[in-house]
Amino acid sequence: MPNAIEVDNVTKIFRLYQEKYSSLKERVIHAGKIPYQEFIALNAVTFDIPQGTTVGLLGHNGSGKSTLLKTIAGIIQPTSGEIRVKGRISAMLELGAGFHPELSGRDNIFLSATLLGVPVKEVQARFDDIVEFSELGRFIDNQVKHYSSGMYARLGFAVAVNVDPDVLLVDEVLAVGDENFQRKCIDRIKFFQREGRTIVFVSHSPDVVRQVCESAYVLDHGSLIGEGEPAQAIAALRESLQRGGAVGGLIIGDAQDDQVQPPAVIKKERSIELTSIKAYPGIGGSEREQIFPNEPIRVEVAFEVSVSVFDVSLTFQMISPANETIYSANTKDLGIEGFNLDASGVFELNFEDLPLLDGIYGIGVALVDSKNQILHWLDEKAAFQIVNQSRVSGLVSLHFTINSYSIPRTALELP
Amino acid sequence: MLEQFDTTQDASSEVRARQSRDKLHVVAAKVTMTRRLYLLWEYRPLLLSLVRKELSVKYKNSVLGFLWSMLNPALTLVIYYFVFQKVMKNGIPQFAIYLLCGLIIWNFFSGSLMGAASSVVSNSGIVKKVAFPREVLPLSAVGSSFVFLLLQGIVLAIALVIAGDTPAFSYLPVMLFALLAVVMLVSALSIFLSAVNVFYRDTQHLLEIVLMAWFWATPVVYPYQLIAATLTRHHLLWLYFLNPMTAIIVTFQRTLYTMVSPHEIAAPYPVIPILPVGSPAWYASEIGIVVVVSGVLFFLALRLFGRMEGNFAEEL
Repeated sequence: MPNAIEVDNVTKIFRLYQEKYSSLKERVIHAGKIPYQEFIALNAVTFDIPQGTTVGLLGHNGSGKSTLLKTIAGIIQPTSGEIRVKGRISAMLELGAGFHPELSGRDNIFLSATLLGVPVKEVQARFDDIVEFSELGRFIDNQVKHYSSGMYARLGFAVAVNVDPDVLLVDEVLAVGDENFQRKCIDRIKFFQREGRTIVFVSHSPDVVRQVCESAYVLDHGSLIGEGEPAQAIAALRESLQRGGAVGGLIIGDAQDDQVQPPAVIKKERSIELTSIKAYPGIGGSEREQIFPNEPIRVEVAFEVSVSVFDVSLTFQMISPANETIYSANTKDLGIEGFNLDASGVFELNFEDLPLLDGIYGIGVALVDSKNQILHWLDEKAAFQIVNQSRVSGLVSLHFTINSYSIPRTALELP
Repeated sequence: MLEQFDTTQDASSEVRARQSRDKLHVVAAKVTMTRRLYLLWEYRPLLLSLVRKELSVKYKNSVLGFLWSMLNPALTLVIYYFVFQKVMKNGIPQFAIYLLCGLIIWNFFSGSLMGAASSVVSNSGIVKKVAFPREVLPLSAVGSSFVFLLLQGIVLAIALVIAGDTPAFSYLPVMLFALLAVVMLVSALSIFLSAVNVFYRDTQHLLEIVLMAWFWATPVVYPYQLIAATLTRHHLLWLYFLNPMTAIIVTFQRTLYTMVSPHEIAAPYPVIPILPVGSPAWYASEIGIVVVVSGVLFFLALRLFGRMEGNFAEEL
């Protein structure tokens, strides 16, 4: 499949001035000796995104993920390197960018769409779709300054997704708006996926990335430190966070450089490592391909110990077929004593009753030490499959009783 | 669900249409001049929308709206008529019309530059969030000033009809050539100023003063011959034409203001010579120089803008 986006050895260096001199007088006085520090926002980043894929960009604050997105969008120019993007780009860095508060919603649709480079004829053809998607109805002729923030965001999103982009760049804009709107945005993005468009998604919410992305890239201090399936990438992100990525300042210091170097996807020495996650039907049962709803299941998590660890707890997550977290808990929070592990072994978790219906479910397990640091994280995307043989459908298997009884007529009549 | 299915089918044909439209965007440290011009051309709808926006925002919530931009020169005309033709006679016949001929062009020139200088800074919101050729911002300031020029032109036309003057039609092609020259000159300066103002915010304040001096260095209020006569004596007339606005404004005056040769009218007061004596060809050659210089300036401005543009999003 051809590449939609090719990022070729892109470096971006910002100059951070101690003081900003933006008047002529100050520039003349301080000519040639304006103190600044160079800050490497992107450090020789290279990767390709094939057409029709949805890719997440993960990273903590200041990792360069937004800078990378802006560079792909063409808002900032790289210091060196090149980015090639095929087709029309629509960047959603801010919903309703370019809206003028004094103008009506109608005028703003035209303004905003032409700003994205769409010919007027095309905007006219899509106008009704945009209005319908924004759910603004007759308010479309009101001045935008009278809109609520929700209406504003809806209109902005409606324009951005209706300009028929080949490449859609999304930067955490889904954080705004109510839940209903967020779901609508995610639905729309999934619709784009089905249509074979390329989507680049910046987020620091692993849940959203897991939900919509096929693969993800992890940035830390401007360097690409991990890539792969969302689960792998999220694990890499967690490890970079744990190494102090989140507290690392903007300026790359010498001391921190060493910490940045080891790519998370490359195995490093660990005191304890989770090696496998297996799920079996029935307590004490044997391995079987499928599990039936409401059947008891047993999960075995194998681990290898190289250095003894004390007082560790286990975080357990169950992931739905739609990649949503169904359940997540830490054993300490559940009041279970910490484990002291000095030899390799297996954790056995028994679920007496799993009220789930059809689908392939995932399991994520993390080992956490007493200082709340993650020792290791393992995700199993397809841990077990539930096959529902009855005629009920949905996500969870519920049990209920039903009675029918008649209400005595007299009770309904007024005295 | 059904609805969604339908749209998916529609989409498949769109996908095919889209695949044929596989333009390649390259984001790199340097953008070539041809690509810059191509993008600018591609984004003409944005230029129009921005001009429309500026015009409709300017007179939003005002009862008279666009009429204001015509009332302003109309009232100027009336005031100058009374002051300089009835009260203080200054020797220029139909002074109010003479003034307006130059003034509307000057207003276009200074209005564009003032608007353009702050255009990138005041649109920092979109500069930081959306990718588009940023030259569109200063050019939209030129565009909206141009619309005002046309509206004020209507006022001038009405004034000419009332005064019973006929323009010098043989000079009309030269005047249109001059219009092209002033648009090119203004575009070049606008692009340059908008970029510089991002890094040196005093540009817009400095510009105000420079424009004031420039205004008096250009024959708008006083007649051309007043200065030219003195300069010619010292063989320094070329100095006057270093100011490209001189050639542009005298061309407009020569075409629209017909009281050129004061001998033709029996004036009850001492008359003074006003405009340069020259055939349309002489005027055209003067404008030709301005066009060539403006063209060069335009490319230089684009180059400079291109070099500075990469840092706009960071600087704002």
